[in-house]
Amino acid sequence: MTQTSQRPLRVLAAMSGGVDSAVAAARAVEAGHDVTGVHLALSANPQSFRTGARGCCTIEDSRDARRAADVIGIPFYVWDLAERFREDVVDDFVAEYEAGRTPNPCLRCNEKIKFAALLDKALALGFDAVCTGHYATVVLKDDGTRELHRASDMAKDQSYVLGVLDEKQLAHAMFPLGDTLTTKDEIRAEAERRDLAVAKKPDSHDICFIADGDTQGFLAGRLGGPAEGDILDESGAKVGTHEGAFGFTIGQRKGLRIGHPAPDGKPRYVLDISPVNNTVTVGPAEALDVTALTAIRPRWCGTPPAGPGTYTAQLRAHGGETEVTAELTDGTLSVTFTEPVRGVAPGQAVVLYDGTRVVGSATIATTVRKEKAAAPR
Amino acid sequence: MAYLDHAATTPMLPEAIAAMTAQLAVTGNASSLHAAGRRARRTVEESRETLADALGARPSEVVLTSGGTEADNLAVKGLYWARRDADPRRTRVLASPVEHHAVLDAVDWLAQHEGATVEYLPVDAYGRVHPDALREALVRDPDDVALVTVMWANNEIGTIMPVRELAEVAREFDVPMHADAVQAFGQLEVDFARSGLAAMTVSAHKIGGPFGVGALLLGRDQTPVPVLHGGGQERHVRSGTLDVPAVAAFAVAGRHAAKGREDFAREVGSLRDELAAAVLKAVPDALLGGDPAPGGRLPANAHFTFPGCEGDSLLLLLDAQGIECSTGSACTAGIAQPSHVLLATGTDPELARGTLRFSLGHTSTGQDVRKLARAIGPAVERARTAGLS
Repeated sequence: MTQTSQRPLRVLAAMSGGVDSAVAAARAVEAGHDVTGVHLALSANPQSFRTGARGCCTIEDSRDARRAADVIGIPFYVWDLAERFREDVVDDFVAEYEAGRTPNPCLRCNEKIKFAALLDKALALGFDAVCTGHYATVVLKDDGTRELHRASDMAKDQSYVLGVLDEKQLAHAMFPLGDTLTTKDEIRAEAERRDLAVAKKPDSHDICFIADGDTQGFLAGRLGGPAEGDILDESGAKVGTHEGAFGFTIGQRKGLRIGHPAPDGKPRYVLDISPVNNTVTVGPAEALDVTALTAIRPRWCGTPPAGPGTYTAQLRAHGGETEVTAELTDGTLSVTFTEPVRGVAPGQAVVLYDGTRVVGSATIATTVRKEKAAAPR
Repeated sequence: MAYLDHAATTPMLPEAIAAMTAQLAVTGNASSLHAAGRRARRTVEESRETLADALGARPSEVVLTSGGTEADNLAVKGLYWARRDADPRRTRVLASPVEHHAVLDAVDWLAQHEGATVEYLPVDAYGRVHPDALREALVRDPDDVALVTVMWANNEIGTIMPVRELAEVAREFDVPMHADAVQAFGQLEVDFARSGLAAMTVSAHKIGGPFGVGALLLGRDQTPVPVLHGGGQERHVRSGTLDVPAVAAFAVAGRHAAKGREDFAREVGSLRDELAAAVLKAVPDALLGGDPAPGGRLPANAHFTFPGCEGDSLLLLLDAQGIECSTGSACTAGIAQPSHVLLATGTDPELARGTLRFSLGHTSTGQDVRKLARAIGPAVERARTAGLS
């Protein structure tokens, strides 16, 4: 059912230097496709040496990718997409944080770089598809349309960060790792069997353009250093200070450094971030309960749903599923949760699923809190 | 397969392979005093004599190195240190801006770490340094110049420098001049004695010899400070156990390069003209780089700019059809940068991204050229669609 069983295609394999994309490229070759590897140089000043944190912009990663391509036996190139990446992903990331939202740069990168800038160039050069090491499944329907589904292995599923792809992008996407039930250990074993030196390379979890993993420091550098502000409780009383509102994420508990305990003695969480006033509001866990949200910039994988519908929704990478009803009105998606959920951050994507099928995604703009909904008594 | 990247490296000559493999089975350190050492030393010294003969130099002027990059570094850094030590005023380095990175980055390092002031000599639209420009730079203050370094022929666009005239000017002011002759050897008459140079770099693998060996031709009156310290081999200028098999093969290739030069230059030159005409016919708005005048450029070099194309895209498309060439520009982690050579000649940076260098060699045939002639038109068309992303 998947594309890998189709006629031989000219495939451009995006190779980060990690084990997943290397195995994906090798599988594409094995499936009979004519594969060329490409490493995307996404940082204008790639770091020379591996630092503690893993990143996908280092010279060493580019070498690892080249080495893997040589072993697989495919041509390999490095394409410089640093300028596009800075504009569409990094600057967007900073602007979102500055506005008090919590962006997902991987998702943005898939939307704007891998399946836009890279795909466009690949198609122009005569390639049929872009192949990546994502865990997700593309299903070709009898009518010729394509659907994006969760990976067979739910624990590895990355369809969330691919939820932004539209049908045209999907038509040229290939995810050779999505349709096998494989643990990471099995992928590593497969890499070893294929003589790929990246088999033992550690996973990358960090944001690739923040190689040292210090997101706060990165944001402080971009947004003009620490600016002390107030931490308030729900009543508006000052309970502490912080060094820049942009560094916080809704639902965050650690690192608040509030000296004295809450009146009820329970832990407090970030409820709101207001970059305009440079304030952070904290409160009890119950106050995080969200009953509904609105989301903007919807992207549909296929036909947009006509009326209200029942779906499952995923609200962040590695997050669980939750049952919702959703309706699109004038380009804004309104989502209502069957049961309240916590830790919903504007800026993150809400991805709607019908079973394992990705229906579409949108960027969370506002949330409706249970407490506030109950407020006018 | 059409291999059109001989300037990057050219296939080893069968005779050189034979000489090298024969020596691989022989034991002996050329610095040892016993019989095995004497045998190795004899091979090295005979090779040195052969190379000296091929390059118009005395055997003692041949300092064997690990290749062109090391020879360039030894010349540039070693002469700078020696000249500055003799007179601390001498910190100015005059260099062409179109040098290979082995010179350019060495010179830049001297500026960053050793107090050098680097002055890049002006070049014309073909990347050529004129003797008057050198004279002007020297006249300004002849006493503060440490050295001059200008390559014999450019590796990207093939432009030949007036080395003898430049060396004459430098000599007038008693300033040593170094030339990187890596691309010139085998294609042009390279005579060290007649050149008037103080130092000159050559490399084996560009002339059908093995990787990992080269030489710095070094005038007997030159005593650069070593870069590599150790056992005192090679006039105490370049320590390290000599690679006897590689040196023996280098000598075979060097003799062949000198002896066969005229025939090779004529044959490869006419093949190059054929290639240039075929490419321009297929892509009429392509720009042929370098000096079009006869004798203005290396006979084996053809350099083109394809407006509206990314050189990388063309490389990929041609590679997919078994045609191997180069964009000619330097890479950082494989990322194409606009060529410093083209930028120095005043080429628009956007245009400079769409370049390809085809370089021919001793195994090139008319079939290679015809294969390229068929492929280049459609490749350029496709690369233009992909544009300059």
